[in-house]
Amino acid sequence: MSISPFACTSPDDEKAMLASIGAKTFDDLFAHIPAEFQSDQFNLPEGLSEMEMMQQIRAIARKNSSDLTNFCGAGFYDHFIPAAVNSLTSRGEFFTAYTPYQPEAAQGTLQAMFEYQTAITRLTNMEVSNSSLYDGGTALFEGMMMALRITKRNRVLVDEGVSPIYRTMLCSYTRNLKIEYREVPLSGGVADRAAFAKQLDGTVGAVLLQNPNFFGCLDDLTDVIAQAHGAGAIAVVSAYPISLGVVKTPGEMDADIVTGDGQSLGLPLSFGGPYLGFMATKKKYVRNMPGRIVGATTDGQGRRGYVLTLQAREQHIRREKAASNICTNMQLCALRSVVYLSLLGKHGFTDVARQCMDRAGYAWMRLKAIKGVEPLYDRPFFNEFALKLPKDAGEVVSDLISEGIAAGFPAGRYYPGMENVLLCAFTEKRTKKEIDILAAKLESVL
Amino acid sequence: MKLIYEISSKGRGGVRIPEDRISEHDIISKNLLRAAPAELPEVSESEVVRHYTKLSRLNYSVDTHFYPLGSCTMKHNPRACEAAASLPDLCDTHPLWPQLRHGGLLTQGSLQILYSLERMLSEITGLAEFTLQPMAGSHGELTAVMMMAAYHRDRGNKKTHIIIPDSAHGTNPASAALGGYAVVTIPSDASGDMDIELFKAALNDETAGVMLTLPSTLGVFNPKVKEIIKAVHAVDGLMYYDGANFNAIMGRIKPGELGFDLCHLNLHKSFSTPHGGGGPGTGPVGVCEKLRPYLPISRVAKTKDGTYTLDYDFPKSIGYIAPFYGNFAILVRAYAYLLMLGRDGLRATSDRAVLNANYVQEKLRPYFAAVTKGRCMHECVFSGKTLGEGVHTLDLAKALLDRGYHAPTIYFPLNVPEAIMIEPTETETRETLDAFCKDMIEIFELSKTNPEAVHAAPITTPVGRLDEVAAAKNMELTFQ
Repeated sequence: MSISPFACTSPDDEKAMLASIGAKTFDDLFAHIPAEFQSDQFNLPEGLSEMEMMQQIRAIARKNSSDLTNFCGAGFYDHFIPAAVNSLTSRGEFFTAYTPYQPEAAQGTLQAMFEYQTAITRLTNMEVSNSSLYDGGTALFEGMMMALRITKRNRVLVDEGVSPIYRTMLCSYTRNLKIEYREVPLSGGVADRAAFAKQLDGTVGAVLLQNPNFFGCLDDLTDVIAQAHGAGAIAVVSAYPISLGVVKTPGEMDADIVTGDGQSLGLPLSFGGPYLGFMATKKKYVRNMPGRIVGATTDGQGRRGYVLTLQAREQHIRREKAASNICTNMQLCALRSVVYLSLLGKHGFTDVARQCMDRAGYAWMRLKAIKGVEPLYDRPFFNEFALKLPKDAGEVVSDLISEGIAAGFPAGRYYPGMENVLLCAFTEKRTKKEIDILAAKLESVL
Repeated sequence: MKLIYEISSKGRGGVRIPEDRISEHDIISKNLLRAAPAELPEVSESEVVRHYTKLSRLNYSVDTHFYPLGSCTMKHNPRACEAAASLPDLCDTHPLWPQLRHGGLLTQGSLQILYSLERMLSEITGLAEFTLQPMAGSHGELTAVMMMAAYHRDRGNKKTHIIIPDSAHGTNPASAALGGYAVVTIPSDASGDMDIELFKAALNDETAGVMLTLPSTLGVFNPKVKEIIKAVHAVDGLMYYDGANFNAIMGRIKPGELGFDLCHLNLHKSFSTPHGGGGPGTGPVGVCEKLRPYLPISRVAKTKDGTYTLDYDFPKSIGYIAPFYGNFAILVRAYAYLLMLGRDGLRATSDRAVLNANYVQEKLRPYFAAVTKGRCMHECVFSGKTLGEGVHTLDLAKALLDRGYHAPTIYFPLNVPEAIMIEPTETETRETLDAFCKDMIEIFELSKTNPEAVHAAPITTPVGRLDEVAAAKNMELTFQ
């Protein structure tokens, strides 16, 4: 007979249960579905025991080279994750719960979300946050849509320093919508003020920026944001959360909407996911914000409790008129990030940011001293910067991989004409010794 | 319970940061720095551990409670799937490595898992090819609508709207709108299926496609599905299978063989990956042969020499819809689950899910108004109209919390008054189902004899009924 190791009824139960509903066999349960609809051709392997499955997946996993010394970032970073993050978030009560539709039975999830929302507003210096979106790219898209809803306009200006990974996603998503999407090339590694001023007229609804940008350059965007406001547009800034430990925040620059990817806040790289997109905004725009939002309230006895609030914006009520089609969030990933931020705390978080910057600073000194290597832009940076090499960066990376080093990300993959440009990223995990080895090996292959 | 910010005390911290500064990187001018550190809590590791452990205990979860949340498929999450997804060789891999020159060789394991899972899902659904990139069911819907749009654009079709039954999840119309289409809603008929006459009247040359959940959110398998598909194809429309309820038919019915052109699957539902309090999910999309060119990039390919690689060269593709390859760690869990189930386990799973739902339906039928006269699929829908005077479905839900169950889905589908939607799943024992039905019946009887007692629920939960109106009005969304 067929076995599902996770189905819980015994053969005797099944017999009795089938009889109680007037069926003889399982096939009877499907008898109302025409037989011609049913298939018996399922070309799948036989089921494995847990032991066999683990052996198989372990063998497959070993084909990855996960032990490279990693200087490849481009928006996704190899940060240290304290053990308590895993151990707390793998508790079944968090792990196997669902969307808090019954708030009295989900106060753990809801309070954690309220704490997460608070943490995000404090990192970004914004007033309100939702309880997470899929990832940094879709969060930026949702931020853009939100800006267009607020301004009732349909033109978007995007700085080319915004991650090309996100920009390609924006292109896909806007293709079927009546949105005019225009990219503004960088000037000297940062947003081109003159170009923005020229293009910002009364039809632009959203200006999308990123700090630090894809090349790692830091910029005080206050004036660009003021320009956008002057034209009646909404400024959306994508931020790298760890940088917010030391770098001027989008809130301090008067951004209207802040988005970003929370991967660096306690989530493993895991070959691309799951990550989380964060989003924060000013209180006056909260009703235009997509995604779940948790609010505090009280019960009949005056006890504090938390609920999902402002649900009238959402798809299960508004259907095709909803603020977004998103019906879920990245609850468990958001939980990881609030546990991570709580463990680091006010000072630890600043220190981690400083360590990243410090290591990048040392590497900057070492790498630009190599003959033939030049900085692409001589601008302030946080933990990542771009170098011009005397030869193809893709080739250089390929050469160093055989030495156990992922030296960085070749910018030419996204920016034609930049085939010699290498982006190098540094986290608190990279040691002086590792950076010295990178410098020596890089020198040897050039 | 206090917030983590309320137990904060100046000078504490939960992690020791290495102090070895290796440079004095002070090239950043003041105007680029934040004015003051972010006000994160100052707490020791033990305080963090105790705080979140206590918080976790305020939750109902599948690990601790029966969770018959209709349409959400809250079944047991095998622990081996967690172990597989936690392997360091899978966790510590940067998603950009395979995009480096010769970099595919660094990530053969991850790529093999993606490739193998795609092939298995194709086999299970009868569709030609899958993308694993969509990060949730609704993201899968949007991806599918974008592919529909690309197909029609390519064919020069003038299409303006998508047809959706009124019983569909709200994400269907929202995704169709975000894909640039108007939505035409078709009411359900007396049996809970999309009204076929109204559907045919709405169908025309401007129909881009139809989004159908099968079995429907009423737990009914629409026997006219082939007729609907034929009519849609006759106007060069595309038929989309919303896989929210795939748990009822997997291992028995292939949507592709029925004639569906696209489908999404909720791996967090049917393929048992934990819901995590509401996410991450993952919603892979499968397509038939003619839609293959429109799939998002990148795509995983197997080369002649048996290695795996990423392929970007698809000029008709809708482009990138995710930064990388989907929620990889969730995909690993689904792959591990499928390896353990195998061919026979797959069918056994849906068989038991349907048995358990019918068992509950028949036990409760004498008390509550069942929507289905005959067999249901993996979930059963009732109306709470038969409860005592002044007692509503919401009251029943709260009374269930007091008895140690998470409540069923309530007030959905929207076309059933006072709806109660129960999905027991295959991972519950007969004893659990018997006890649950007994409690449902007791609450039903209490609603007749002592409605006030039902109104007062819940009383055993950490908080009582919360003032949701005040939450929306006062909007306290962060701790000040």
